[in-house]
Amino acid sequence: MFDGLQERLQGVFRHLKGEGRVSEEVLKGALREIRMALLEADVNFRVVKSFVQRIGEQAEGQKVLESLTPDQQVIKIVRDELVSLLGEEGAELRLDGRPAVVLLCGLQGSGKTTTAGKLGLRLTQRDRHPLLVAGDLQRAAAVEQLVQVGAGVGVPVVVPEGAEDVVAVAERALSVARDRGHDVVLVDTAGRLHIDDELMAEIRRLAEALSPTETLFVADAMTGQDAVKSATEFAQALDLTGVILTKLDGDARGGAALSIRSVAKVPIRFVGTGEKAEDLESFHPDRMASRILGMGDVLSLIEKAEAGLDSDETERLAKRIASRDFNLEDLRDQLLQMRKLGPLSQVLQMLPKAGPLRGLDPSMVDESQLRQTEAIINSMTREERRRPQILNGSRRRRIARGSGTSVQKVNQLLKQYRAMKKMMKQMRGGWLQKTLKMKG
Amino acid sequence: MTTDETLEPAPAPSLPEPERKSFWKKLRRGLRMTHTEIFERFDAAVSGKAMVDDEVIEYLEESLIGADLGVETTMELIERLRGGVRPSEALDVLKLRERLVDEMAVLLLDAPQPRPQAEGPLVTLLVGVNGTGKTTSAAKLARRSLDRDERVLLAAADTFRAAAIEQLVLWGERLGVDVIRQHAGGDPAAVVFDALQAGRARRVDHLIVDTAGRLHNKEHLMAELAKIRRVIEREGEGWEQHTVLVIDATTGQNAVTQAREFTRAVDVDGVLLAKIDGTAKGGVAVAIARDLRLPILHLGVGEQPGDLVDFRPRDFATALLGPPSSSPVG
Ligand SMILES: Nc1nc2c(ncn2[C@@H]2O[C@H](COP(=O)(O)OP(=O)(O)O)[C@@H](O)[C@H]2O)c(=O)[nH]1
Ligand SMILES: Nc1nc2c(ncn2[C@@H]2O[C@H](COP(=O)(O)OP(=O)(O)O)[C@@H](O)[C@H]2O)c(=O)[nH]1
Ligand SMILES: [Mg+2]
Ligand SMILES: [Mg+2]
Repeated sequence: MFDGLQERLQGVFRHLKGEGRVSEEVLKGALREIRMALLEADVNFRVVKSFVQRIGEQAEGQKVLESLTPDQQVIKIVRDELVSLLGEEGAELRLDGRPAVVLLCGLQGSGKTTTAGKLGLRLTQRDRHPLLVAGDLQRAAAVEQLVQVGAGVGVPVVVPEGAEDVVAVAERALSVARDRGHDVVLVDTAGRLHIDDELMAEIRRLAEALSPTETLFVADAMTGQDAVKSATEFAQALDLTGVILTKLDGDARGGAALSIRSVAKVPIRFVGTGEKAEDLESFHPDRMASRILGMGDVLSLIEKAEAGLDSDETERLAKRIASRDFNLEDLRDQLLQMRKLGPLSQVLQMLPKAGPLRGLDPSMVDESQLRQTEAIINSMTREERRRPQILNGSRRRRIARGSGTSVQKVNQLLKQYRAMKKMMKQMRGGWLQKTLKMKG
Repeated sequence: MTTDETLEPAPAPSLPEPERKSFWKKLRRGLRMTHTEIFERFDAAVSGKAMVDDEVIEYLEESLIGADLGVETTMELIERLRGGVRPSEALDVLKLRERLVDEMAVLLLDAPQPRPQAEGPLVTLLVGVNGTGKTTSAAKLARRSLDRDERVLLAAADTFRAAAIEQLVLWGERLGVDVIRQHAGGDPAAVVFDALQAGRARRVDHLIVDTAGRLHNKEHLMAELAKIRRVIEREGEGWEQHTVLVIDATTGQNAVTQAREFTRAVDVDGVLLAKIDGTAKGGVAVAIARDLRLPILHLGVGEQPGDLVDFRPRDFATALLGPPSSSPVG
């Protein structure tokens, strides 16, 4: 994996500790690192170029050269600029008209159909009565896919009949919606290449026929340099009103967000964070900025933690972690808390790559592993849990028997515990406390 | 509504089945852009220049990065290029271009080439992240085997995504190939087990296994894939076994991570780079070949079963850079 901006800049500024002054030379080095970080995050090279230029100007204006902690300042400037370029917080759908029409468009496989279902669910939860339209007549079984997606979220689907083309289905769907009191019509379309003139003309016709209040470009967060081209072409062909970025549950830096935003000039509204219907979230420019810069989506983590964790318990744990004697009881409590956070790999994914929790073995929080770990810890005496160093061979054998596991498993757990303890020593007074403080 | 009716609404492909020649036509659609963008800029950069200077290098760098080769691979290529240029040497755009193609081809050819297909039957496992083109590629590989008069069988081991089974079944119907399937939500490893038994009983030459898309950072999904792979190893005695990673050519540097993680989980033999018929150059393939020594096997050049071509490193590298500026593009 690539280094984030933070690690990159550390290299540039390392020699300056204590000097407190930064030469032009060093600033240039910093700009080079910013450029690299953004390119590695897949931001389009032209977008990077103008971005770095702007940062250079600002950095001078802000007298970075005399600052005491130049790396932090540079990061702040970069991050702030990135946040502002990424635009506003994702707004909910605008739903004027009876029915309001939402048109989804994009390349093949970007996630349009899945997103149509997610939007259907979201609208239903907001007391709307959406109707889905199966407008993909290209891909094999695309209609059936939307039918199943619709059934999954309890939203009816209008499918093509006879020789209807996509415009005809959509127009019929509008009258169905009026007749049956649906207030929003969500139109799924076939994926198309922006250079496919025929299909681009088709979707233009569709948009003209429907006058959608929202025309959303659904883009894959893993997209590379080409994001600029496809987004430009879609924006030229249609009056886009927003972008939805999918597959953010992956580990791509997502520089395409900046590229797309820069050329399409419409706000990013939502992000897809999974394959399930509920995996749709509002777009947050600050989180996206951190992610692009490889600084981890700490804010998302905090929000998740807030929703999922008992805050007193969290605080107690944080204190324990911060103190020197993190023991097996704390480990058990922590694992229990983590379980509440949901799929932990998702949570871990949001942490900075080089961050303190990197040493945590994700298999530990696998549901069955978790139960085993709990069983092992529960089979220990209180004394053993608090002072794991007394666990000799015979004690370990007893615990293995008691928990229905093996000595090997017990050893494995102890090894993991030691690794965690070591890791926590490193983070003490650092990241986690700051995170929890920010939260409180 | 019977299942068949449910499958009905998707009409037969509206595009005519493309001829074989259309490969270059399709690639060229993308090349048009490459041509105007990279080489016009390049020409502008070198006009009036006698030598390869920093500006020329910068333009080259941008061209390569703009084609998704990534920073490291680009730097390495530029370094190699620089090594071959004497400071006093006159600037020759065509020569420079040719060298770049050579260097890229070296990286691409360096990857161990796929084993020549053995005599016995072959099982191909298609893996990859969501929406890259696995199912369509399964149809393409099936079509290709049919063209060679081989007996083909498809296995619908994506039991997760809505209508994934129906999608493959529909391709099977269109191609006249049987599809081994179970119910949606079933155990994909069990489907593969069935398919291997069926394949053996029916003496098929090529069994193609479609799997659900999965992001490589999801442990449990990668474990599920490893299990499928183990079933193939265990039950597929006497079968030549190929695991092909399908990568979307529009993907940026994350494709390198995908290749690394999938290789770690299931021992990938090679890459199928799909959707190269767009304007994305798929340069990340060069980075994958360089970093992971994974060969690129095929290119997906459209949505129809015939839209599959074998990967040819030199052609690809040439295509990546676009045709020389002196020759007009058709
Ligand atoms: N992990 C993940 N997968 C997604 C997301 N959105 C869509 N997908 C998957 O991406 C693939 C393609 O999605 P689909 O909706 O069929 O794309 P379409 O061709 O644009 O309609 C499917 O496997 C989906 O399950 C997302 O936010 N996260
Ligand atoms: N243009 C183009 N589209 C492709 C290609 N391969 C697949 N697709 C399209 O990409 C989308 C996702 O393909 P699919 O095979 O369902 O992907 P899967 O989720 O990986 O199985 C579909 O709309 C396909 O028609 C290709 O080589 N070129
Ligand atoms: Mg779709
Ligand atoms: Mg599929």
